[in-house]
Amino acid sequence: MTTTSASRREITFVVNGQPETVRVYPMERLLDVLRQNLKLTGTKEGCGEGECGACSVFIDGVLALSCLIPVAQAEGATITTIEGVVADPRFRALPEAFLEGGAAQCGICTPGMIMAAVHLLEKNPQPAMNEIREGLAGNLCRCTGYLQIMEAVAESARRSASA
Amino acid sequence: MEAFEYARPASSREAVKMLASGNAEVLAGGSDLLQRMKDSVSTPGRLVSLRDARDLRGIEYSPAKGLRIGAMVTLEELAAQPDAHRHYRAVAQAAEKAASPQIRHVGTVGGNLCQRPRCWYYRNGFGLLAMQDGNSLIPNGENQYHAILGNSGPAYFVSPSNLAPALIAFDAKVRLLSASGSREIPLADLYVTPHSESDSEFSLKPGEIVAEVLVPPSEGSSAFYEVRQKANFDWPLATAAVALRMNGHTVKSARVVMGQVAPVPWRSPEAEQALAGKTIGADVADNAGKAAVEKATPLSRNAYKVTLARVAVKRAVLRAGVMEVA
Ligand SMILES: Cc1cc2nc3c(=O)[nH]c(=O)nc-3n(C[C@H](O)[C@H](O)[C@H](O)COP(=O)(O)OP(=O)(O)OC[C@H]3O[C@@H](n4cnc5c(N)ncnc54)[C@H](O)[C@@H]3O)c2cc1C
Ligand code: FES
Ligand code: FES
Repeated sequence: MTTTSASRREITFVVNGQPETVRVYPMERLLDVLRQNLKLTGTKEGCGEGECGACSVFIDGVLALSCLIPVAQAEGATITTIEGVVADPRFRALPEAFLEGGAAQCGICTPGMIMAAVHLLEKNPQPAMNEIREGLAGNLCRCTGYLQIMEAVAESARRSASA
Repeated sequence: MEAFEYARPASSREAVKMLASGNAEVLAGGSDLLQRMKDSVSTPGRLVSLRDARDLRGIEYSPAKGLRIGAMVTLEELAAQPDAHRHYRAVAQAAEKAASPQIRHVGTVGGNLCQRPRCWYYRNGFGLLAMQDGNSLIPNGENQYHAILGNSGPAYFVSPSNLAPALIAFDAKVRLLSASGSREIPLADLYVTPHSESDSEFSLKPGEIVAEVLVPPSEGSSAFYEVRQKANFDWPLATAAVALRMNGHTVKSARVVMGQVAPVPWRSPEAEQALAGKTIGADVADNAGKAAVEKATPLSRNAYKVTLARVAVKRAVLRAGVMEVA
């Protein structure tokens, strides 16, 4: 997105536990700032319109779409991206279950799917299939047909329960 | 995107002062506005973020006063509120089914009520009425998602909010705030049909914001029903909110309000009359649905929406009725 002339300013937030300050235009998309300024390219752009969920991140613990969030609205916030989630031992079972279950093909949707799944499992550690479906309702996948993804989330929940 | 200033005041009072001059626009969650700015459909000179205006947050319920919802409450917070579920089921259902979990976490009640139409002519820079040489392009154009009621022209877009019909079914009011003071109006009166490209689809005065929604006490049962192409996360094609006041097993009075069918949330006195004095059952619900679309005037490509709106009303009536029996 090009911002023509509103001036850049410093915005500070915490990303994956690390304090960060960026010089940006206030209405730049958080998605672009994460990917371009902070080189956190795990967060993907699918549609750029709020429809696909590939750009999902946590902002102050809340699952949100970084393509619809002006960076200035995240000033002072605590942000977790997919890079932060995969580095967290608590969530190890999820990416493993995705890999083993063939839940990722091209992989564009995978980071967002994992973010939505983390959000779901934090609220509801043993979700039923229809709850998994609802929890992932904001995330589109053009490759897998979803069954492998839902099964991977269920499998990860089973493993966490027996761990 | 055009040049603009950005401000994040700490209260609603400060915010409305900043909105009093210039080409200023309110920013709540940004889930609608950022997209429009990116596409240069909206080009505000100044953005005033309500994010830090704590006084616009919070939901409170009391049996005597009803429900008060701050404009900055998110759709998710509203959907999770137990009193909303218990006493205003249609409202909770409208919130919990709107958009996706991610959007509900960020999108606010004020932003949902004041979001701009999704009409693709409007979103692609043709203007809200899509006028060309004195005529709207819509009646003979790509109008499959456009209005089937209240569409005598030149406005053919549909009111997009899930919450508005549900709240109007309960006679909700909104408190509006501006630098020159505050006023209360029925939520239904917030919406107006524009007659020219310079008219707004809201009755807000320049610099005025929605501060809170006030829903009077309600004893009846209610329901919201959406017809969508997909089971989850898809813009509804037609919605209906029904609120019933019962007298034993018969309907004392009903409110029926449809969404996605007209430029404003569309109240149907015809359907309300079809329900008054009746016991809810399949035939009564069916008649209410028929009555609701009796006056529909579909455009060249959206006659199918008449059927969907009829079904939405019928199913919302049945849902509301079942609750009463249970
Ligand atoms: C993919 C997608 C699917 C969606 N599906 C649905 C759906 O099924 N049903 C549905 O109802 N909605 C749906 N939405 C819309 C969504 O609910 C809105 O984008 C959201 O509620 C807007 O809230 P916000 O706080 O982000 O608003 P913002 O984007 O911040 O603001 C929206 C508009 O309202 C104005 N505004 C905001 N707050 C106030 C206030 N307090 N007073 C006066 N004006 C104000 C702003 O100036 C702006 O013009 C969908 C959106 C997307 C992107
Ligand atoms: S890129 Fe954000 S929802 Fe698709
Ligand atoms: S794996 Fe390709 S979009 Fe999901």
